[in-house]
Amino acid sequence: MRENKLRTFLTGFAVAWGIFMLIILLGSGNGLKNGIMSNFNDRATNMINIWPRHTTMPYKGFKSDRALNFTNDEITILKSHFPQIDKISGYIERQGVVSYKQESGNYNIEGVMPEYKDINNLKIYTDDGRFLNQIDMQQKRKVVVLSKKVADVLFKKENALGKIVSIDSISFQVVGIDTKTANDENGYCYIPHSTAQTIYNRGTGTDNIYLTVKGLYTKDANEDFGKQIQSTLRRILDVNPDDTPAIGLWNQASEYVQTMNIFSTINFFVLFIGLCTLVAGIVGIGNIMVITVKERTREFGIKKALGATPKNILFSILLESVVITTSFGYLGMMLGIGLLELISKALETVGGGGDGKQNVQVFKDPSVDIGIVLLATLILIIAGLVAGYIPARKAVKIKPIEAMRAE
Amino acid sequence: MIKFEQIHKTYPGAQPLHVLKGIDMNIEEGEFVSIMGASGSGKSTMLNILGILDDYDSGDYYLDGKLIKNLSETKAAEYRNHMIGFVFQSFNLITFKNALENVALPLYYQGVTRKKRQIMAMEYLDKMGLKDWWHHFPNELSGGQKQRIAIARALIAKPKVILADEPTGALDSVMTNEVMDILSKVNASGITLIVVTHEKSVADQTKRIIHLKDGIIESDSNN
Repeated sequence: MRENKLRTFLTGFAVAWGIFMLIILLGSGNGLKNGIMSNFNDRATNMINIWPRHTTMPYKGFKSDRALNFTNDEITILKSHFPQIDKISGYIERQGVVSYKQESGNYNIEGVMPEYKDINNLKIYTDDGRFLNQIDMQQKRKVVVLSKKVADVLFKKENALGKIVSIDSISFQVVGIDTKTANDENGYCYIPHSTAQTIYNRGTGTDNIYLTVKGLYTKDANEDFGKQIQSTLRRILDVNPDDTPAIGLWNQASEYVQTMNIFSTINFFVLFIGLCTLVAGIVGIGNIMVITVKERTREFGIKKALGATPKNILFSILLESVVITTSFGYLGMMLGIGLLELISKALETVGGGGDGKQNVQVFKDPSVDIGIVLLATLILIIAGLVAGYIPARKAVKIKPIEAMRAE
Repeated sequence: MIKFEQIHKTYPGAQPLHVLKGIDMNIEEGEFVSIMGASGSGKSTMLNILGILDDYDSGDYYLDGKLIKNLSETKAAEYRNHMIGFVFQSFNLITFKNALENVALPLYYQGVTRKKRQIMAMEYLDKMGLKDWWHHFPNELSGGQKQRIAIARALIAKPKVILADEPTGALDSVMTNEVMDILSKVNASGITLIVVTHEKSVADQTKRIIHLKDGIIESDSNN
């Protein structure tokens, strides 16, 4: 290595380039994925929304076109019937005038249950209070969680927590502020589902049921699960088993799984191309090592005459090969990660200047996870060993006399 | 110390070359022997066999009482490292290592620690009068200096036998005498020394001369 710095550098560069490309490709793949995924981010990715509609067939003495209704009972039954359900919440939505002192505005009032926070990925920082809880539900408390947008409009710079706002002339105490929908044009006010049932005269009814699923990994499994829920509800509500349109269902989970599958395929190709680039670099190293060993035949001969065992020779060549691949590979990896970080920073600055409107992102946060980096390092070490091994075997077989004769 | 019994060696090829045709030889501990012969007489081959750098086809070779036959590469390396020191015509120093590192190399293969290696290598360089040159690389040294470094390297592992292949072949007469003086002193310290040469003047400085011709010993006389 010491004798031929230029050659060592050029060889190393091939590997550095290979791993650089691998990192950039994987990072870009991830960036694309994160960008698309951020558009899913409104709601949990494994969410299902169901709502009652009108029947389209007569059944068990009921006439066609009967308006269906969901109640708390359906929520309880679904939850106990399907272990695949992770979180579940009833949902009642109305428009309402919300006011504090001189300020007021027309916002969405959403009556939801505590688990809705996770279904809709709401974000409440520790300084911003809490979300609705079971006690709020049981006591039908008049408490509200405001979205950041609403809090900003009504309270300006004042702290909203603990203050009383009026929603359609009913007083509610603010217990939390959600930051997730900060960029949303609409403002949201979350109140306990039970309270909403009371003030909107819904009895035990609910407009929608939101739920998330767990343990379903394929599109088919998700769609099948959606159908099971629909048929269960049809049975409970005495609807004709063939009356599919009677229960509305939006299955984001199956869309999500489908998108994920597309990305798995893209990722696989990206990884494949990246590895091919890397292999080119490794073959380069192997090639150079063969030449190096040939040039150093004399040196190995001398060392053998002085008592170097085959193991000594093998080890020194493998070590050299591994040192070149790992050190240059590491350099390439660092450069690749560095570039991705720069791109990431640049995107952030551009994105931060937006006017608060939700814009559709195609590329976001291009990064590679630590697992891939570790895998790449492992590949480099193995590559170094492989690239060095064949020439090393050759070097070991050198006869000292022949070697020392070689000029 | 060294015993050859009917050693035969043939190089295979389109026309097999029968180089050694039954060599019998006995060299005792502490002897200073030169092996002479024209090129093609088999003296280099003999040196390679002596140095366990090459194997032979039939016969027996004993070195310090041990039969040297069909050894594994690892075992051969170990014997070379502990029992034999080499001095070559073309010095065979490693060009990208300095004088100190070159001398210390055999100890590296014995697993001696770096610090101890350097101390011992310095000691042997000092014996050769090259202490001040320890950090020089081979291409910065004269032929005589290079050969003295090679001798220091051959001695550092405290071998039983030193094999010198035309040790003065690349040196002028002044340096030749210098190197031969050193080799005499080495022999005086009790180490068996075998010199392969075609120069009469060099052979004359040894105590026993073996003449090879066409693969057999032509004459063997004390000097």
